Amino acid sequence: MYRYDEFDARFVRERVAQFRDQVARRLDGSITEDEFKPLRLKNGLYLQLHAYMLRIAIPYGTLSSRQMRQLALIGDRFDKGYGHFTTRQNLQFNWPKLKDVPEILDLLADVEMHAIQTSGNCIRNVTADHFAGVAADELEDPRPVAELIRQWSTAHPEFSYLPRKFKVAVSGAAEDRAVILAHDIGIRIVRHEQTGEIGYRIIVGGGMGRTPMIGKVVRAFLPKADLLAYLEAIMRVYNAEGRRDNKYKARVKILVHETGAEEFTRRVEEEFAALDGPSINADPAELARIAAYFAAPDYADLEPFSAPLDRQKKANPEFAAFVESNSFAHRQPGYTALTVSLKPIGGIPGDATGDQMRALADIAEQWSFSELRVTHQQNIVLPNIRLDDLFDVWKALRTADLATANVGLITDIIACPGLDYCALATARSIPIAQSISNRFADPVRQKLIGELGIKISGCINACGHHHMGHIGILGLEKSGQESYQITLGGDATDKAAIGERLGPGLGADEVPDAIETIVGVYLGNREASEPFINTYRRIGIAPFRAAFAKVEETSDAAH
Amino acid sequence: MPLIDRNGTIAEQWTREPGATAGHLIVPLEALAETLATRRNDQRIGVSLANTAVVSDLADVLGRVALIAIAFPAYNDGRGFTLAKRLRRAGFTGRLRATGPLIADQFAYALSCGFDEIELPEALAARQPVAHWLKAAQSFSAVYQRGYEGKSSILDQRRTAAASQHD
Repeated sequence: MYRYDEFDARFVRERVAQFRDQVARRLDGSITEDEFKPLRLKNGLYLQLHAYMLRIAIPYGTLSSRQMRQLALIGDRFDKGYGHFTTRQNLQFNWPKLKDVPEILDLLADVEMHAIQTSGNCIRNVTADHFAGVAADELEDPRPVAELIRQWSTAHPEFSYLPRKFKVAVSGAAEDRAVILAHDIGIRIVRHEQTGEIGYRIIVGGGMGRTPMIGKVVRAFLPKADLLAYLEAIMRVYNAEGRRDNKYKARVKILVHETGAEEFTRRVEEEFAALDGPSINADPAELARIAAYFAAPDYADLEPFSAPLDRQKKANPEFAAFVESNSFAHRQPGYTALTVSLKPIGGIPGDATGDQMRALADIAEQWSFSELRVTHQQNIVLPNIRLDDLFDVWKALRTADLATANVGLITDIIACPGLDYCALATARSIPIAQSISNRFADPVRQKLIGELGIKISGCINACGHHHMGHIGILGLEKSGQESYQITLGGDATDKAAIGERLGPGLGADEVPDAIETIVGVYLGNREASEPFINTYRRIGIAPFRAAFAKVEETSDAAH
Repeated sequence: MPLIDRNGTIAEQWTREPGATAGHLIVPLEALAETLATRRNDQRIGVSLANTAVVSDLADVLGRVALIAIAFPAYNDGRGFTLAKRLRRAGFTGRLRATGPLIADQFAYALSCGFDEIELPEALAARQPVAHWLKAAQSFSAVYQRGYEGKSSILDQRRTAAASQHD
């Protein structure tokens, strides 16, 4: 894991001091609330429906046991004993008091953490594949370059007052687990077809929100050394030309769309050609310095197969089901990357109590080289578990109520905080997730249904990534009532697709039945063990619409 | 209107009144050609630009003016930073001024992007005294970017530190 050097440590302390001073100037009236707003947002502090919310950066989702314990302590001391992991691999505390925030920031700085640029119209916390460094299908670990970008984008003098927020994601694997096609900039680590050199594919203009777009490739291959100058060129074109007349048209996806991908690319390349690259780019030695922190841990030399694990699975079907749904192929023989679901049946997606965070920290310390990951699916990964240790890990997780065996299944639901917390929300998300989760609680049935991702957003801003859910649910407000719009066929992988609308909006209590109907059509049409998304691609939306319309009719007749 | 640079408050030596008998003159881009042709011998000329100005259109202007003033319509409109950066890259070496309701916390950014001075509305300057600006400009002792003015880059400091270890 990356560790701060003297420069990083000093920078973060200076940022805390700066924020303390900004709060003081707000309180003495020398800056107005309007002027203070971007300053607090750039430090992750939102004013929500009931209280302030502090969003803490977990760069590219990687954190240590020590950091996780500190988050638990902050949750216990300044929140209500829990924290909420988000779809951007961050952590949110929903109940801090403004006067306590500088102290919380000091506690974060003690463990090399911060809340810098987790909000505001600036370059946000950089995200990456949560299996970075351990995935078997990886070309190169994306975290060193993500860390380089984190540093470069921090308090950027030119790009801190952008037209709108700006999100960067990096993936280094064959399968895209970082949703890079739905980010303002997506970076894919690729090998040059002719030369074999490793570099970056640069994708710009993806995004969700009210106008979902798939990003466009602006540079198929960028040499590694040119990265920061190229990013500067993209940002400069966007900062100068991105729309500022309408906040809903201000993201770079709209600029790319309205300018045309070809012309946008031409402008970026023109700007890039005019730059003095060597004066901007990081020395390759700097990337190497960062990369050294992400060197593989001291793995044991193991057989790829574990006889004890096999015996334990045979003796304990519940454990076997857990291993099957929650483990992921590791590049190192004898290890697995284990996902810990934060989606217990009927629970709040992404929430963890202080005790659970401490349990995760302890488990990671004992069995996973003290390292944890946060996924954009709002789960936690223990990236380096020995197959021989899985049974002990499972028992420890079970004690902490963290052994739900539903990763990738229908109850592994992504949901934004929605109207229960968020000032932007138009409808609740959490209760919808809970009612679906309760409806499909039966583990046998979940397994029968197989891989199916439900994603719920409580407003058009799409923090719950509903556009890219196999089943997406968008909560809106229609004449004073919550109304839920369902989309089908979204996909967040390298086959990225935006879901198609199924039909008219539904009331909250009708949603679980609608999901039943959709699942029914799928099970009735699937071939062999085909997952939902494949069946959907094969048969299209029509059979789902037909079944949905029939349900609508019956429900109308009953009213 | 109040004017500050990296050392504090400075005296205004420029006017936007074409008829003024003293001081150097800032005019809008449209009036520049005529003003340059008719100016007093000792008079220096500056030009004011909207933050949407295109640098390639200004090629023959840059060498003929002593000051460029870029308007910031609101503190949260960051286009002026990019325009300043592009003007410096295009070779403008005169005085670069940001005009408008910036806030103290943007001072360091403005200096880094190539501005020399900030011209503030009276009410805003009264609320945010110059001491706040000078303090805010010193919030960070080093920055993560390379290629910007003023502050030392952490990347360069790391390189220097690594090189001295090898000696």
